[in-house]
Amino acid sequence: MTEMERNLRNKKIAEKVYFSMCGLFMILTIAVLFWILYDVASKGYSTINWTFLTDRPREQMTAGGIWPAIVGTFYVASLTIIISVPVGITSAIYLNEYASKGTLVRVIRLSIRNLSGVPSIVYGLFGLGLFAATLGLGTSLISAALTLSIMSLPWVITASEEALKAVPQSFREGGLALGATKWQMIRQLVLPNAISGMATGSILALARATGETAPIILTGAAFFLPALPTSLSDRFMAMPYHLYILATQHMSPAQVRPIAYATALVLIAMVMGLNMVAIIWRYQIRKKQTW
Amino acid sequence: MSDNGVIFSTEALNLWYGKNQALKNINVNIKMQKVTAIIGPSGCGKSTFLKVLNRMVDLVPNVKYTGSVNLQGHNIFDENINLVNLRTRVGMVFQKPNPFPKSIFENVAFGPRIHGKHKKSELNELVEKSLRQAALWDEVKDRLNEPGLSLSGGQQQRLCIARTLANEPEVILMDEPTSALDPAATSRIEDLVRSLRKHYNIIIVTHNMQQAGRVSDETFFFLNGELIETDRTEVIFTNPKDNRTEEYITGRFG
Repeated sequence: MTEMERNLRNKKIAEKVYFSMCGLFMILTIAVLFWILYDVASKGYSTINWTFLTDRPREQMTAGGIWPAIVGTFYVASLTIIISVPVGITSAIYLNEYASKGTLVRVIRLSIRNLSGVPSIVYGLFGLGLFAATLGLGTSLISAALTLSIMSLPWVITASEEALKAVPQSFREGGLALGATKWQMIRQLVLPNAISGMATGSILALARATGETAPIILTGAAFFLPALPTSLSDRFMAMPYHLYILATQHMSPAQVRPIAYATALVLIAMVMGLNMVAIIWRYQIRKKQTW
Repeated sequence: MSDNGVIFSTEALNLWYGKNQALKNINVNIKMQKVTAIIGPSGCGKSTFLKVLNRMVDLVPNVKYTGSVNLQGHNIFDENINLVNLRTRVGMVFQKPNPFPKSIFENVAFGPRIHGKHKKSELNELVEKSLRQAALWDEVKDRLNEPGLSLSGGQQQRLCIARTLANEPEVILMDEPTSALDPAATSRIEDLVRSLRKHYNIIIVTHNMQQAGRVSDETFFFLNGELIETDRTEVIFTNPKDNRTEEYITGRFG
């Protein structure tokens, strides 16, 4: 065997090893994910029935359902989207379209990126201090929603900015060269082509916020409330917190374990559902997009 | 001022991108009812000069300019100038066809709409007239609702010209409008430029000297940000006064 052949053979072996390693780790990651899903699903699905989804918890959470937690999570998530999406999208429009590209904007953008890495418990404490205490909103639905909104903003802004950046510069130039004002150009040429990216980014941010526990414990989620919230200043039950209680705070954890698994399954299904909506939406819009 | 046959006149026009001077002391008159070609090697400032004329150059970060550019006697650098108005009077066709992701009809109707024309009959008429002027009507009249981006490259460029014409501009700036097109599409655009010269003042930047020879009445030669020579096109190509012009058009550099 010549030097060259040996060299080639070694390269081929190295390549095989490298590919196998990549494949192995990919399978490992997916396996862990499916294991968790399977574990939760197999232990939770038998508890889920119509009563479980529509009844309130009974007999110290050992029976009944999780309806108040589902409704509470739905309320807080809806409020979060109503607050964070308009603020986030307009901020992104300002940063990407209006602000002059200087040091200040770079610093602001960097800060926003960094904020998305701040632990959620810190947002919880911030919300408790600002909304619940200083602004006097108390621990309530609105405090929790505002806190989750602040937490979601960096993701909404970042996703919206990416969506705006993806709109070709030639559309903007073409519009301005025809005598459009900046706002006409943004409104008619940029936004229609960025809105799908903004929407999917916002849904993904919402999906993350829906599963958050720490911020809402501190700002409005209640341990147990059989009645549904009727105003913004009410406290509320939420699925992530309910799950946390069942798993760690209940006096007989073994007895409520099936309920905990079922709650986890419903929560996962809800978050995955939101993600799927975002993914399908984006796919369909991209199919239609011709540039 | 409009009776002296000059559409644009520049005085001591200097322009910098950051510290880099892209235009050096340009003093020139652009004649009315003519096609003016601007030629010169890459980076000579010809596109920059064109973009000054409708102030699209303002979009470039760190751009700075001095001097004056008069459009029919009004300085377009004046701080009271209305850019919307200026860009409606001075339309622009870009190097790469850039139709909007809208239907053919909506592409052409975009300008009139943003300027407040909403009556359907008026828009229909204007769209048809513009597409006819751009020699595109016969090819698209049965599919006005299809996306502009579904057209071929050459058709897209004619759509962009139609879109500009729908604003009824006085001047049309063309920035290397055929550089992204094949020879057949290029020749159709050149025919179009010649047919439009009767009604519009056209200023066309081109790196293709044959094109300048074919379509233009007047030619400006730029080099390193300086305007070297201006004259009637046939004089520039047959009897240039400056050595550098001669060297460029005979292909000794560029």
